[in-house]
Amino acid sequence: MNRIDQRFSQLKSAARTGLIPFVTAGDPDPAAMVPLLHALVDAGADLIELGMPFSDPMADGPVIQRANERALARKIGLTQVLEMVRTFRRDDTHTPLVLMGYLNPIEIRGVEHFAEEAANAGVDGLLLVDSPLDDAALCAQMQARHLHLIRLLAPTSSATRTHDLAARASGFLYFVSITGVTGAARADAAAIAAQVQALRQQARVPVAVGFGVKDAAGALAIASFADAVVIGSALVEYLQGSGGDTDVGARARAFLAPIRAALDARKAA
Amino acid sequence: MKPQRKTEPEIDFNAYPDAMGRFGAYGGVYVAETLIAPLAELTATYLKLRDDPAFQAELAHDLKHYVGRPSPIYHAQRLSREVGGAQILLKREDLNHTGAHKINNTVGQAMVARHMGKTRIIAETGAGQHGVASATVAARLGLECMVYMGETDIARQAINVFRMKLLGATVVPVSSGSRTLKDALNEALRDWVTNVRDTFYIIGTVAGPHPYPMMVRDFNAVVGREARAQMLTEYGRLPDALTACVGGGSNAIGLFHAFLNDRDVRIVGAEAAGEGLATGHHAASLAAGRPGVLHGNRTYVLCDDDGQITETHSISAGLDYPGVGPEHAFLKDAGRAEYVGVTDAEAMRAFHQLARSEGILAALESAHAVAQAIKLARELPRDALVLCNLSGRGDKDVHTIAQREGIAL
Ligand SMILES: Cc1ncc(COP(=O)(O)O)c(C=O)c1O
Repeated sequence: MNRIDQRFSQLKSAARTGLIPFVTAGDPDPAAMVPLLHALVDAGADLIELGMPFSDPMADGPVIQRANERALARKIGLTQVLEMVRTFRRDDTHTPLVLMGYLNPIEIRGVEHFAEEAANAGVDGLLLVDSPLDDAALCAQMQARHLHLIRLLAPTSSATRTHDLAARASGFLYFVSITGVTGAARADAAAIAAQVQALRQQARVPVAVGFGVKDAAGALAIASFADAVVIGSALVEYLQGSGGDTDVGARARAFLAPIRAALDARKAA
Repeated sequence: MKPQRKTEPEIDFNAYPDAMGRFGAYGGVYVAETLIAPLAELTATYLKLRDDPAFQAELAHDLKHYVGRPSPIYHAQRLSREVGGAQILLKREDLNHTGAHKINNTVGQAMVARHMGKTRIIAETGAGQHGVASATVAARLGLECMVYMGETDIARQAINVFRMKLLGATVVPVSSGSRTLKDALNEALRDWVTNVRDTFYIIGTVAGPHPYPMMVRDFNAVVGREARAQMLTEYGRLPDALTACVGGGSNAIGLFHAFLNDRDVRIVGAEAAGEGLATGHHAASLAAGRPGVLHGNRTYVLCDDDGQITETHSISAGLDYPGVGPEHAFLKDAGRAEYVGVTDAEAMRAFHQLARSEGILAALESAHAVAQAIKLARELPRDALVLCNLSGRGDKDVHTIAQREGIAL
């Protein structure tokens, strides 16, 4: 069983809301990256999204754009990202890990080659902002290696499109809570609640919500109607300027722990 | 370079793109989910308008009375004599209102925007010609207009930046990445993702996701349709060869499209070879790149082995782009068109030669096409006809040229 499925079924039986932090591989400090991933798990991450740096992140706001630029300046590419995952897996065989990014680096590496390397490194899923629903080669290669191709939905997704996405969903669905780029605005929970709830009825897989979630209050507002909450830009911004294993890890824990606590308190209440 | 003739005769080049927006293996829709529905709506609206006689009549009227079409074909006789080969003919898109082919497209897209009830126009620009053409049509329709432009390009196209401001547009400097056209396109896409409900994005070339490569081509295809008819009436035959510069590829496909099924007409696109293809400092995506995905479509891109888009170089801001329209990628693979590099130095020489022999200051982008026309003319007999798209006028470039040649203005 894929680690993503396992984790969501555990969350379901424990009636907990999943917490999914996003970090850009290689930022803020490439050397401290693996310790950072472990720190996120310590602080309560249920699943980690690891951003693959790309030169032209057209769906990202300034915070993640700059994280990409810094990572690329430090020569962090797909090879280094996969190496980080391999190292992480030596000490953590449970936490699901999803690579997130853009299609071109995968295309240039070769879809089959990438899928094989990713599976061997211990990746569980792939989320590509700009890959079309009908990319048969990518779907087939991922499926053949039991890797989930995570699909995004947006407030603008039509009913037919939502139906198609739900039908082909694998692992979980990622609902983009704002009409905009990552980190731009604060998600308006009330505005999307009905759409997410309808999607959960329709989909066979859990639904995570992200893009405009910045803190515990934001996460809580979404937790009432989503299976998991993704926090990206706010975390990436918070980590900025830190360096070295202990510093980066401490910051990650300081950021994530209160959000975890808030989500757990909600369940207890 | 020898002409390629591996074209399979059964390809009907008018049949592309298919319903999915694909030109063979290229094109398509590679965008964030938020834009899927708006692009589908745009495609549906555009396809309806394309078949609407009232829309086409209004467009034809504007092209005639506002843009100043048809543009003439001018026989550059002194230049041809100097070169000593085939006759060089220039399709004078530089004579259009605002000084380039870009207005053909913006007039059309602005009409689509109005039909969709959009109140705000955004655009990206490299040389500033598309920005000016967008600001122009926005002013005419009374729409708010924001133009994204890389900081590098703002510095080298100062005149066009000022023109856009005079037309009431806001020019937004883009400081990410290489600070050129590709980064302006990223930023415009980010704006569009955020404001898609009231905003119309006028893409300035045949790139981006479907339907843009098709729609921008259709609006510029008037160039080739006109030219083909002009050749038949004025010269009694089709040209032997066509050439145009290729940045994103809109002026090139505009000229080429009406001739694609005329298999005897040789078609050559001139990409920016910058300091030379071997130096790595160039923007020749077709001549030196590989298939990949950029800005919403599959096409040839310039990138490294990790898939990171590489920085490009060209003396001309409008050609300084690491991708290219997907239809050109398709034409290259099909062997219907050839794509070759023209260096900064060759373009500069052609610029000066055209200025002194014919009294025409070409845009630096167009100077690449002129350089290629000169090369083709040298290879061909005296009675052969080479039709070159003079996509724009050079007023915007006089500062760049002076600077390059060490002249203080
Ligand atoms: C005069 C002129 N020619 C050519 C181009 C290149 O664009 P395209 O390849 O889309 O024609 C530009 C772009 O700014 C331009 O201003």
